[in-house]
Amino acid sequence: MATAFRDVTSADAARQAVENYLAANQRKSLLRFITCGSVDDGKSTLIGRLLYDSKLLFEDQLAALQSESKTAGTQDGGLDFALLVDGLGAEREQGITIDVAYRFFATARRKFIVADTPGHEQYTRNMVTGASTADLAVILIDARKGVLIQTRRHSYLVNLLGIRRIVLAINKMDLVGYDEGHFNEIVENYRRFAREAGIEAFVAIPMSGLKGDNITAASEAMPWYQGPTLLEHLETVPLAATREAAPFRMAVQWVNRPNSSFRGYAGRIASGTVRPGDVVSVLPSGQTARIERIVTFDGDLSQANQGQSVAVTLDRELDCSRGDVIVSAAERPALAGGLSAMVVWMSDEPLATGRSYWLKIGARTLSASVDHVDHVVNVSSMEKGDGRPLALNDIGHCAIRLDRPVPALSYSESRVLGGFILIDKISHATVAAGMVDGFTEPGRRKDHADAENRILWVAGPANAARTAFAAKAQRRLEALGRSSFVLDEAVLRSSLSSDLGEGDAARAENVRRAREVAKLMASAGVHVLVALDVTPAEAFPGRRIDDSDMGQERTDQWVI
Amino acid sequence: MNAETKLRRGLTHLEQLEAESIHIMREVVAETERPVMLYSVGKDSAVMLHLARKAFYPATPPFPLLHVDTTWKFKDMYALRDRTAAESVMELIVYRNPEAVERGINPFDHGPLHTDLWKTEGLKQALDKYGFDAAFGGARRDEEKSRAKERIFSFRTTQHRWDPKSQRPELWDLYNARKARGETIRVFPLSNWTELDIWQYIYAEDIPIVPLYLATPRPTVERDGLILMVDDDRFPLREGETPVERSIRFRTLGCYPLTGAVESEAATLAEVIQEMLVATTSERQGRAIDRDAGSGSMERKKQEGYF
Ligand SMILES: Nc1nc2c(ncn2[C@@H]2O[C@H](COP(=O)(O)OP(=O)(O)O)[C@@H](O)[C@H]2O)c(=O)[nH]1
Repeated sequence: MATAFRDVTSADAARQAVENYLAANQRKSLLRFITCGSVDDGKSTLIGRLLYDSKLLFEDQLAALQSESKTAGTQDGGLDFALLVDGLGAEREQGITIDVAYRFFATARRKFIVADTPGHEQYTRNMVTGASTADLAVILIDARKGVLIQTRRHSYLVNLLGIRRIVLAINKMDLVGYDEGHFNEIVENYRRFAREAGIEAFVAIPMSGLKGDNITAASEAMPWYQGPTLLEHLETVPLAATREAAPFRMAVQWVNRPNSSFRGYAGRIASGTVRPGDVVSVLPSGQTARIERIVTFDGDLSQANQGQSVAVTLDRELDCSRGDVIVSAAERPALAGGLSAMVVWMSDEPLATGRSYWLKIGARTLSASVDHVDHVVNVSSMEKGDGRPLALNDIGHCAIRLDRPVPALSYSESRVLGGFILIDKISHATVAAGMVDGFTEPGRRKDHADAENRILWVAGPANAARTAFAAKAQRRLEALGRSSFVLDEAVLRSSLSSDLGEGDAARAENVRRAREVAKLMASAGVHVLVALDVTPAEAFPGRRIDDSDMGQERTDQWVI
Repeated sequence: MNAETKLRRGLTHLEQLEAESIHIMREVVAETERPVMLYSVGKDSAVMLHLARKAFYPATPPFPLLHVDTTWKFKDMYALRDRTAAESVMELIVYRNPEAVERGINPFDHGPLHTDLWKTEGLKQALDKYGFDAAFGGARRDEEKSRAKERIFSFRTTQHRWDPKSQRPELWDLYNARKARGETIRVFPLSNWTELDIWQYIYAEDIPIVPLYLATPRPTVERDGLILMVDDDRFPLREGETPVERSIRFRTLGCYPLTGAVESEAATLAEVIQEMLVATTSERQGRAIDRDAGSGSMERKKQEGYF
């Protein structure tokens, strides 16, 4: 690409050459991929070589590389390609959270964006972040080590994030004598595992990032390998074609109203195609209209496709605002009042079931809470363990309640509208990412009743016995992933009710205060165990529990 | 971009970058209270402004432009800035740190203080003065190694500090723009563009840029390995220095005494792209700011609030 220009000198010739180049660029597409590997598998060397071989390094970068390689002394005077991408070590020492570094290179056919995740402790969180926007994953294997537990983790996460194009890069082939049998054995091992993991297809390439075998040029040392080099594969692998058959869906980001005569709904098309005249529905209201115009700065369009940012106008006025989703009326998804989803926890502070978080899906931000965690996945063995509140880097299957309905679209149907993030309402941190895989129908709002059901009055006459029983119930709640709090005499008398004396009036006031605190805490998603001496009539709202409620079949009634 | 050619195939890489940047800008406008676009008059600003016009068309972009001025920009930059302001119907706010004005801060006598007071402090003051809670900036991840891991939404405390430990993961294209009162966000809609993408897009979309990006004979001196342009008579010549005409152009534009030029014959945009494609020097090399304190200086500047 670059050399074609060297001889051209005059302005006209340059214009012509650039015109040709840009014309060729009209067909240039964009591929995002993620590289997954454990420390020392050769990830940096591989990415560095791709940058180097695609010849988009500048002279000063080359000079720097040469001198840094010499200083580092790692490659006996040769170039250490890893130095081109090694920007992550220093930041780690400074305590800067780096989840993903993005690198760029291009060939005549494609532009590439590489998501490079540092392979340390925060691996799950980082990889999930990098994988969320990737179309393809390069999974590195050190040929000497074969398929490791890490390989399985990487593959599981890649698959979970819906990446269907997988390259198994069997690296450091130079260290195993470029042996075909060795390669085949690793591929066989991986194939067995892939089948278990539900990975449908992958492409295995034997390579050496260090020596440059099968990266951009076919390896002379491995004549037995007939397949594409890594770069060839990256350049030619089919992209998620704009499937014209996919139903039209677009989340409304912003209502464009420059004056009273224009009302455009701006958004980026999540799937499908739209044309003026198409009949569409606006969700959740379900109102229907026809597309009137597709308005862009470059003129009205007669059609717009997946991935384009446009503004559409409708042929009649209806209620449509940010967060609503415009869909093809003929293929209109149902509405969901609750979701089930695989959730990846990304925060140091663990999930609190029942607590209200912001959930952002498409252009909609709504209040949501995690009802319960069905199971937690062991990413290495892919086994499902018991449900418990998710902690940093945990992945679990959760039932999620929403404060208003959203279109029922699963992540496998739509990566754009079936993925969500959870945001802590106080710290505003992004605490989790989720991938929708199931729905519950929108029902009546029963949040209020549920909140009251989280208030549990521990029965029994003696203070100590009530407190002991409350502690037992609390352990049960905690084991089932619920956050809880015990309000007993000791707690109340030492804080909220420290001003109260003895006697009936004081006792009643103490109970009243406990009730109000319990209501507040319960509406924030916490189970409150009130361990006070109260009559059955005073035990409201909420429910009374005693020792007989601790049995397995009974807990279901009070652990909500 | 030609609207009709999009019909028959998937998006090209430039179309995809464009659609993504537009998406980001719309999210910011929808989710923040008072956004502003930092307009530095350079090529990245030019592209960013062009994308903003597309994002909100037919409406005018619903935010003002903010030029944090240092009084030491190239004359050509001021000319283009004022022309852009006149032609666009967007409000242009020019802010100059009054303390820097009063003390006559300049790059010759004050070294790093120049950038610090005019740009870093100036930006903070302007954001505070107007109450902006989100500012679009034109930085790109390909500009240097350490920018590669930058997020698109970068959060600043109420004191405008960048807290490296509390930056948020960015998944899919779901941006979390929530923040506490007084906190601000810097948003970089061009994060995934490379320098070559920027030039190609300027060419394809015919976006007006400062003529300094094109080579022509200009008065220069060579100093500390940089070719500097003598843009006006405030440039103090050292003993024995006389300005020499050289055919130069700029890869990046800042304050004129701090911005190095490259010798070039590329007098048209096509020729500039041609030179780009034979890849000579990455653009940050021309900026004295990165050399101030060796590597890592960019990182420090960012923590202090420099863009
Ligand atoms: N023999 C051999 N060594 C390699 C290869 N790729 C990387 N290495 C070496 O393996 C070590 C780790 O490589 P690096 O790219 O830094 O790994 P990363 O930690 O995955 O980024 C370095 O010493 C590299 O020189 C390869 O294909 N063959």
